[in-house]
Amino acid sequence: MSLLELKNVTRRFGDFTAVDNVSLNIEAGEFFTLLGPSGCGKTTILRMIAGFDLPDAGQILLDGKDLADTPPEQRPVRTVFQSYALFPHMTVAQNISFPLKMARIPGKEAAKMLHETLELVHLADKADAYPHELSGGQKQRVALARGLVNRPRVLLLDEPLGALDAKLREEMQVDLINLQKEVGVTFVFVTHAQVEALALSHRIAVMRDGRVEQVDEPSRLYGSPQTRFVADFIGHINMLEAQVLEPAHGQFRLGVSGLGEIMTQPLHGVAVGSKGTFAIRPEQVRIGVHGEIQELKNHFPGTVRHFLYRGDVTVYKVSLANGAVIEALLPNSAPGRAELFRVGDAVNVGWRHDAGVFLHE
Amino acid sequence: MSSFARKLFSHARLAKWAVSGPPFVFLLLFFVLPGAIMVIASFRYPGEFGGLAPLTAADPGTLQGFTLETYRFFFSDFIYTEIFIKSFLVALATTLLCLIMAYPLALLIARSPKKSRDFMVLLVILPFASSFLIRVYAWMILLGPQAALSQIVNGLLGALGIAPVQLLFSPFAVLISMVYVHLPFMVLPLYTNLEKHDPSLLDAAQDCGANAWRRFWQVTFPLSLPGVFSGSTLVFIPVLGMFAIPDILGGTGDMLVGNLIKEQFLGTRDWPFGSTLSIMLTIAVLLFVWIAAKLGSTRGRYV
Repeated sequence: MSLLELKNVTRRFGDFTAVDNVSLNIEAGEFFTLLGPSGCGKTTILRMIAGFDLPDAGQILLDGKDLADTPPEQRPVRTVFQSYALFPHMTVAQNISFPLKMARIPGKEAAKMLHETLELVHLADKADAYPHELSGGQKQRVALARGLVNRPRVLLLDEPLGALDAKLREEMQVDLINLQKEVGVTFVFVTHAQVEALALSHRIAVMRDGRVEQVDEPSRLYGSPQTRFVADFIGHINMLEAQVLEPAHGQFRLGVSGLGEIMTQPLHGVAVGSKGTFAIRPEQVRIGVHGEIQELKNHFPGTVRHFLYRGDVTVYKVSLANGAVIEALLPNSAPGRAELFRVGDAVNVGWRHDAGVFLHE
Repeated sequence: MSSFARKLFSHARLAKWAVSGPPFVFLLLFFVLPGAIMVIASFRYPGEFGGLAPLTAADPGTLQGFTLETYRFFFSDFIYTEIFIKSFLVALATTLLCLIMAYPLALLIARSPKKSRDFMVLLVILPFASSFLIRVYAWMILLGPQAALSQIVNGLLGALGIAPVQLLFSPFAVLISMVYVHLPFMVLPLYTNLEKHDPSLLDAAQDCGANAWRRFWQVTFPLSLPGVFSGSTLVFIPVLGMFAIPDILGGTGDMLVGNLIKEQFLGTRDWPFGSTLSIMLTIAVLLFVWIAAKLGSTRGRYV
C-alpha cells in the first residue's frame, strides 16, 4: 500500500476543471514532484492533500484512510508555503516551535526537538532573530524547519525555491535533497521549473490542464517522454512530423516528408503507416562539415541559421531541406570550439539510430 | 559645489518651505501660541469679572503678578483629582467597550469580499454625516422616560418588584453615548490593520495544528496590536476631554474633567484655574500616549 494515494480526484471551480480525474500513488520516503505550467492544477492538488480544499469527486487516502473528514489542523501533513508564511511576530525559535506548541508537546521534549531541527537547517545562531532580519534563504530554511519539526508523514512544498535567486536556488536544491534523505519524510514538491524537478525528484508527475500526462523517474521522463507535451515541457527538443514506414533490413524506419528516412530504435505497438512526431534532444544531434557525421545512420545536410553562444555550450539552429529547423548543442569543451561554424555555413547534422523517440499521435 | 547645483539646492529648499510653511504657520498661530497663553494664564490671578488680573496694578492690595496659587488649589482639594480619576475610568471603560464591539466588526469587514468592504466601511462612517450634537440629542430622546427602552426596562423591573430606574441623566446614558460616538474611531484603525494581514499566515497556523480559537489568539490578535493601540488612543483621548455628552445626558454627579474646565471658563469665570486644569489634562494625556507608545513599540518590534 502506498503512503499517499489519490484516487480519481476531481476539483472544479465553476466551469473550470482544475483537477481532472487524477490518480497518483506516492510511496513512503519518496521525493515526489508535481511538475507543470501555471494553472495545470498542481497547487490545487497540494491544497487538497493539506486539507485547505476538498475534492469534488474521488478520494485522498493516507495509509489507506480517507482524509475527507479530517480538517487541515489534524492531518499529519505539513506545508511549506510559497511565501514561507512565517509568523512575523515570532522569533525563528518560536516559529519552529509553533507546531510543537499546538500539539502540546511537553517543554523538555519540545526544546530537544527544536534544538535538533535548528541544527538540521543550520540556524542555531539565528534562533532569536525575527523573520524580517533573515535573508531569503534563511527564511526558506525556517519554513522547512517548521514543517519538519515534529516529523509529519508528508511534507508538501509549494514552489518553495521560486522566490530565491538562481545561485541560492541551486544551493537550496542540494540542501533539500540532503535534508529529505536525512529526515526520511515523504516530500511532495510542486514546481513549474523542470530543471529543479529533474534535479530533486525520485519521481515526477507531469501535469497539463488538470490531468497527469506521465509519471516517471527523471531520466526516463527526459529520455523517453510519452507525449509531445512532456517532450516539449521538459528540456529542449527538436520535433519532426513523421510517419512509420515498413521495417527494412531489420531496421525500424520513419519517413519525414521532404527530408527522407530516419532510422530509429524498435517501435512497439505502433502500426505501419501511423503518423506522429519524431523528437530528439539538441545534445543528441551532432553537427559537422563531413567526415564523422556521414558515419551516423541518420544524417542530413543543412545550413546554419543562428547560433547562440551560452558559455558552456553553443546552440546552432540548422535549417534542413524540408524547411524544418533543428537545434544542435555543441559543448565548448576546447578553445576555439565556440566559433566552429558561422551563419550561412553548409553543414551536416546527424544522430545515432537509437537516439530520439517517436511519439505516436 | 557648482553654481548650478547650489541653485538647485536652494530651489529645493524653497519648495520645501512652500509645502511645509503654511501648516507650520497655522500650527504656530492656533496651537503653539494659545498653548503658551494658557501656560502663562495658569500662573496668574483671575480678573474680577473673568479674564486675568493685571500683571501690575497701582494698588498693592489687589491681586497681581505671577503665582502658583492655582496649582496649590488643585492639589488642596481631592475632589479635582477624583474627577480626573473618574474621567480616566470612564475613558477606560469606553475604550474597552469600543474595542470589544469594534473588533468582531472590523474582522468581519476585513474578511468580507473586497467588493462589499467599501460599502461596509461607508456604513461605519455614515453617522458622521449628521452633526455630533444631533446624535447626542437623539440619545436623549431614545433614553427618555417616555421612550420604548425605558418603558420596557422599567416594565421588566416592575414585574420583578424592583423600583423603576431613570436611564437618562445617568452614568449609563453617558457611557452608552460615549461608546456610540467613538465606535467608528476604533473600527477604522482596526479594520485598516486587519485588512493587511496575510491570509497565508492563518493557513500556515492551521497547517501547524492550530484550531480557529488558537489561530485568533496566536496569530490574528498579536498582529493586530498596532491597530488596537491606535484605535484605543483615538477613543481614549477625546473621551477624556469630552464635556458635551456628560452635559447633555449626564446627571449632576456625572461631571468629568471636560465639564470642570468648561465650567471654569464659562461659569465661575476663573481662567487661571481652567488653564491649570487644561494643563494637568494635557500632561495626563501625554503620559497615557507615552505609555501606549511604549507598550506598542515593544509589541511591534517585528514590523
